[in-house]
Order: sequence, then C-alpha cells, then structure tokens
Amino acid sequence: MLKRHFREFSVLGVLLSVLALLGVFAPDFFAPQPLLSRLTAAAPKLVVACGIAMVMISRQIDISVGSLFAVCSVVCGLLAAAKMPVPLAIASAIAAGAIGGALNGVLVAGLRLPSIVVTLATMVTLREGLRLARQGVFIDLPDGLQWIGLPMIGGQYLVCGIALTVLAAMAAVMRHLAIGRAVYAVGSDAEAARLAGIRPRLITFVVFVLMGALTGLAAVMNVVQSPQVDPNTGRMLELEAIAAAVVGGVAVSGGRGNLGGVLVGFLLLACITPALTYIGVKPYWDKAIQGAVILLAVVADGLRNRKNGR
Amino acid sequence: MSCLLQLTSVTKSFGAVRALKGVSFDLRAGEVHALLGENGAGKSTLIKVITGAHQPDEGAIEVRGNRVPSLTPGEAHRLGIACIYQQPALFPDLTVAENIGIRLEALGPFGRVRWGARRKTAEELLRRVGAEIDPDAEVRSLSMPEQQLVEIACALGAGARIVVMDEPTASLTREEQQRLFGVVQGLRADGVGIIYISHRLEEIFALADRVTVLRDGESVGTRGVRNAEGSDPDRSGPTLTENELIQLMVGREVASIDPPPSTRPGATMLSVRRLGCSSMGLRDITLEVGTGEIVGMAGLIGAGRTELARILFGLTPADSGEIELAGKPVTIGSPREAVALGIAYVPEDRRRHGVILEMPIADNMTMAVHERIFPGTWLRPMAERSLAERQISDLGVKASGPDAIGGSLSGGNQQKVSLARWLATGPRLLILDEPTQGVDVGAKSEIHKIIRRLADEGMAVLLISSDLPEVLGMADRIAVMRGGTITAFFPGGSDARTVMAAALGQAVGAGTGAKEGAPC
Repeated sequence: MLKRHFREFSVLGVLLSVLALLGVFAPDFFAPQPLLSRLTAAAPKLVVACGIAMVMISRQIDISVGSLFAVCSVVCGLLAAAKMPVPLAIASAIAAGAIGGALNGVLVAGLRLPSIVVTLATMVTLREGLRLARQGVFIDLPDGLQWIGLPMIGGQYLVCGIALTVLAAMAAVMRHLAIGRAVYAVGSDAEAARLAGIRPRLITFVVFVLMGALTGLAAVMNVVQSPQVDPNTGRMLELEAIAAAVVGGVAVSGGRGNLGGVLVGFLLLACITPALTYIGVKPYWDKAIQGAVILLAVVADGLRNRKNGR
Repeated sequence: MSCLLQLTSVTKSFGAVRALKGVSFDLRAGEVHALLGENGAGKSTLIKVITGAHQPDEGAIEVRGNRVPSLTPGEAHRLGIACIYQQPALFPDLTVAENIGIRLEALGPFGRVRWGARRKTAEELLRRVGAEIDPDAEVRSLSMPEQQLVEIACALGAGARIVVMDEPTASLTREEQQRLFGVVQGLRADGVGIIYISHRLEEIFALADRVTVLRDGESVGTRGVRNAEGSDPDRSGPTLTENELIQLMVGREVASIDPPPSTRPGATMLSVRRLGCSSMGLRDITLEVGTGEIVGMAGLIGAGRTELARILFGLTPADSGEIELAGKPVTIGSPREAVALGIAYVPEDRRRHGVILEMPIADNMTMAVHERIFPGTWLRPMAERSLAERQISDLGVKASGPDAIGGSLSGGNQQKVSLARWLATGPRLLILDEPTQGVDVGAKSEIHKIIRRLADEGMAVLLISSDLPEVLGMADRIAVMRGGTITAFFPGGSDARTVMAAALGQAVGAGTGAKEGAPC
C-alpha cells in the first residue's frame, strides 16, 4: 500500500507539514468561517480536477475546460434570469457541459485527432464565441439561484459537500467499476486494451462527455456563490486543474494516478497561497511558487522514472 | 478428430505489400501445430488474423465448424482464442492481478470489480503455470519471461481452446523453457489446440504434432511430425525430417540473378576482435571485411546482426573487444564519429530511420553531409540540387526530380535515396541492413548491382539480410550469427540449406564446402 502509493503519500506528507507550519505560525488560518469560505470558493476547481485526472489517466488532455466552464456559467445564468425554474437551469448547464465534452470526444475519439489540438481549438472558439455573443456583460441572477435559496452557511456546506461527493463517486468508479478500470487500461496501452476486448474509442468518448458534464456542474457550483455571472470566469482553470492532478501524481503519459492523490494535490496547491500570505510573503509571488511546486513534482517523477528504468 | 479452427484461402494486404496470399490452415483439438517460416513469411500476419487484430481481405474463418464472418479481438476472446505474443500485450501500469482480471471478467461497464476475488484468481492461475509472481506487483516491474507467464495464466483462466504462442521461449532460460513445455503439454492433454511458432527446430520436434511452413505469404505445406512422445505418426500423412523442414523453409529455387561475386578481396578494411556488449546480448564477435569485399550476415531476427551494426556505427557502446579500421584501432562513440571515420549505415527500417518522407529527396540525400558540401553557414540550394541530380542518375532513382517528396517514391526508390545519403559521405565501410526489404524484384536487382559496383570501386560492404538467396548470391563471404555471436563462416554461393541450418543452430551434414568455427 505504502509502496504502491508512495507518490501520493509523499505529497500528503508535504501537505501535512504545510498545515502544521500554518498551525504553529498562523493559527488564524484554521478559523472555521474563513476556512469554509476559502474551501467553498475552491470547490469547483476540485470537481474539474477530478475530471481532468480521469482524462489524463486515459492518456488524453482537455484544456478547453476553462472556456466550457464560462459557457456553462452563462447558460445557467441566462436561463435562471429568464425565470426558468432553478433545477431546470442547473440541469441545462450540466447538459451544455456534456454537449461541449461530446464535441471534443467526437473529434478526438471519432476522428482520432490529438486531444491537445482539438481542445486548444475548442478552448479558443468557445471563449471568443462567448465574448462576441455577450460582449462581456455581467448577468444579474434572480434571488432563488444564489446558494439555491439557502442561508449562506448552508449553501457553503452544500457546495463543499457536492465537491466531496463527486470526488468520492469518481474514486469509486475509477477503482471499483469495470468502466473505470477500462480507462486505466486504455491509458496504459490502448492496443493491449483493444486486444482485451475493450473499446478504446468508446471509452475515450465517454471520458470527454463526463469531463464536460463535470465542468458544467462545477460552473453551477461557482455561479451559485455570487449574485452575478461574470462571462470571463474560468480563465486559467484548466491550468489549475491539471496542476492539481499532476502534483497529486497523475501521469501525463496515462495509466497512472488516483483520485486520492488529486485531492491531496488540490489541497496542497490551495494551501500554499494563504500559507505564504500568513508567513508574510507578498501575494504576487503566489503564481511563481505554485509553478515551482508543479515543476518540483514533475522533476521528481522524471527522476523516479529514470531510476526505475522507464 | 475435431477441427477447432479452419482458415480457408485467407489473403491480407498492407498497401502494396501482400502479406498473405491465400493461406489455408487448420488446427485440431489436442494438437500442437507448429508454424514455421523465415522472417517476413507472413507468420505474424496470420496470427493477427486468427486473434482478430487484423481483418482478412478475403477468405473464410471457421471456429469449431461455425463460420465467423468478422473476427474482432472481443469475438476471438469469446470464442476461446488466446494469444501469447512475443512482446506481451499487458498493461504496464496495472498490477498482475488486474491484468489477469481485466481479461477474464466479463463485466458490463458498471460491473463492480471485486479486488479480493481478482487477487485469488490471479494467485491460483499463477500457481498453475508455476510462476512465483506477486499478484500485486506492477507489470512494468516484471521481467519478460514473467510477463509471458502472466499471459499464459490469462489464457488458462479464460479457458482458451485455441492458444497461439509466438516464439514463447525466445527470452526464457533453460529451466523456464522446461516449465513452459510442461504447461504446453498439459494444455494439449486437456484438448486445447496450440499454434506454436518457434525458430528452434529442436522445440518443434519435441513438441509439435504437425508443422505448416509459410514462405512469402503462402503456405508451402503441412506435414506431420513424429515427435519425441511418439504420437500417432499417421495422423496426417508423411512425417518429416529436419532436412526436409529446412528445405521447405528456404525453397528450392535459389535465385541466380545476382551479379557474380568479385574475385579480388583487397586489404583488410574492418577488423573486429572479440567484440561484446552485454546489454545488447552480443559476445565474442570476430570478423574481418576487406576492401572490395561484400560480407553477408545471415541469421534470424534477434540473432544480433542489427545490434552489431549499431555498435559499428557508434549507436551503442561495446563493452569489450577491439575495432580496427584500415589497420588503425578506433573507438566509435557516436554516429558523428562513425561518419568521420568513413563508416555509413543504411538502417533497416527506412520509413522510421531512413528516408524522411515529408522532405524532398534532394534534402534527404544531402542531410548527412551538410558540413562537407556547404562549408560556412549557408546552405546552397543549387549545389544541393546538382549533387542530388548526380546521385539520382548514378543510382537510377525513378523520381520526378530532386524536389519530389520522399513519401511519393516507391519502396525501392526510397531505399536508393537512403543509400544515396550515405554514399554522399564517401564511406570506406558501408553497412547495409535489410537493403531490399519490401522492395519489388526489379528494384531489388538494381540495388544488388549498385552494391556490387560500390564493392568493385573498393568499398568494404557488410550486408545484413534475412533474404537468404540475396546473401548467398551477393556475398563473397557469409557470416552466420546466432545467439549474439558469429557461429559460422561460409564461402559465397554456399548451399542454402547449410546456411539456414547454421542459422537455426542445426548441424546438417549435407552442406557443401561448409567451414564451421574459426573465421576465414
């Protein structure tokens, strides 16, 4: 257990040390209400990171999630503003995400195009299409949508709860359902998977659709947190999600990684910024240090693989 | 005798190459049916048709008497067909138990994986094949024979009735081989039909009930074998001896279309003494090539011929032995140094290592000599063009001109472009690796003439080829490699059967003029 998941446990060790340092030098960090707010704000990213981890395990990548996130947010906001019942607006946003994911999936699995190029194209197209269509106008949301009508604390627990539920469900699917193991198989060796009777292209398509649906869900989890929808939302989301997966030990080369690692990687990256702020480092170093953490994780993986002869 | 599998007139082409030209094949329950043939005879393609990895262009497949219109890997699996590939088709990132489980469990997409049961099944199957492997180990950490045993465990667990084994003993130790034979015999006793591919004749005679020999994509015959267990000799007509088997493999007509060998080998150009490289499996290689001499390298795939070429071209460092070039000891640390010493290597796979298909042939021809023909900084397109035009006419490349794209040429002409690139470096030693593989007959004979002309001009040529008539017809001397070293030398024009027997590791007395052992 420890040996097989050495990678995940070592990141967990770093996370615990950061938390311990914060506990000693900045106990304020653990004050319940601000902590809950920070976690709530970050929860949509965790959902996207879960999806990205799955995509990466299948040896694909999806960098269009940030743009799709914005599209789904706008869809949700417009429908709610047009007095559509809230559950229906939410379902529509998730469906919009699934459709966007299906588009990527058809291009990647159906036409066998490289996912980096396909999702680069959809990333730009969706973002610019949205800009043309909305001209950057914010959408005012009706009262019923914010925190889905709950008091703020209740809404925050709800959003965090959804993120954890998605994480747990994804972990169970990837570990305990045949379809999850098929994703690992396809990412590890697509030809061997085909010879074992798995249909790699179908799996790839399903993975992209699910990625899109999760992006839609994440968009909803973000929309409900504020009274307006910003059509420019979701910028850099793909990078943050990929970073959480990579730091958590998901291999870009496919076939390796798990959702527990994603949670740890996500929490580590989420803690580093506030930790630095508490210690007194100027906040504008934040991105550079996040980048350094990612680089460190990748270099460590590279060295380890070299040692293992791969 | 029930027939498990029946292939009738199966053909399969890849582009212009016809890999299978109407092959028929059958497999009975409880037999080991060996499949033999030289490299490129179509064995791998036939296996892939049987496992559903390739769909045949024409022909019928019947499994247990039922016609299978389209055989996919999933369908093959369902019909009880399993294959142990030479390179195991396992998932390197997953554990042994999961690799076995994923193939054995018929789960729907939302079926639940039972890890405990998986582990137990894996342990049980691994015990049956006599493997001491931790089911929780990741497959990437296993050795090749261990991975093979995992494959066999999969086949056992799937209850396969038809098992294909593609050179299963190629990387096994003696002891592991014996254990494998035990497993094979156990399967046969259970009524499983086994298609067994191996180059080792002693295995064929120890295990097989029948042998089918493929040559150039055609089946040249199926014979019964009186194997060591004394199985019923008249189950399929006449039985066969090793000599007859070798004869079947090489064919009767040894082409005499090749130019006559030169008669005047000059001074020694290349001299290799006791060369070894443990990581490539080479040991104790001693070889000389004279100026104006063509030395043919015969042997099976995996015998170490390409590996030797890689050492001579500085791609892999040797760890023992000496290399002398024109009487001077040299160390060849990189292809750059090799080129500077006057060594050229035309690699085997021209699509991957030879011609850059997207580039014009002029660029392809000059890329190894940019520094020499363009001293200074700038490339000069006119100089490049004229060099290319000269090469095109010298070698008889059929192309629309120096600007034609490499990918637009036929295989033979691509090979000439690849050759031209290395001739431009002005080599003293030319190493050719399978120079006429996948090349049509006309271009093949032109390439042969070019090679002979180069030798006559004083170049030392090392010709690696799995095409035995080519080696026999072209070479002044023939070196046979087997198991990482040179096992025999023969004079040019030796008898095909003798050379093939040496490559297979058999001592056949009928050879003419065989000089075994020490280099001449």
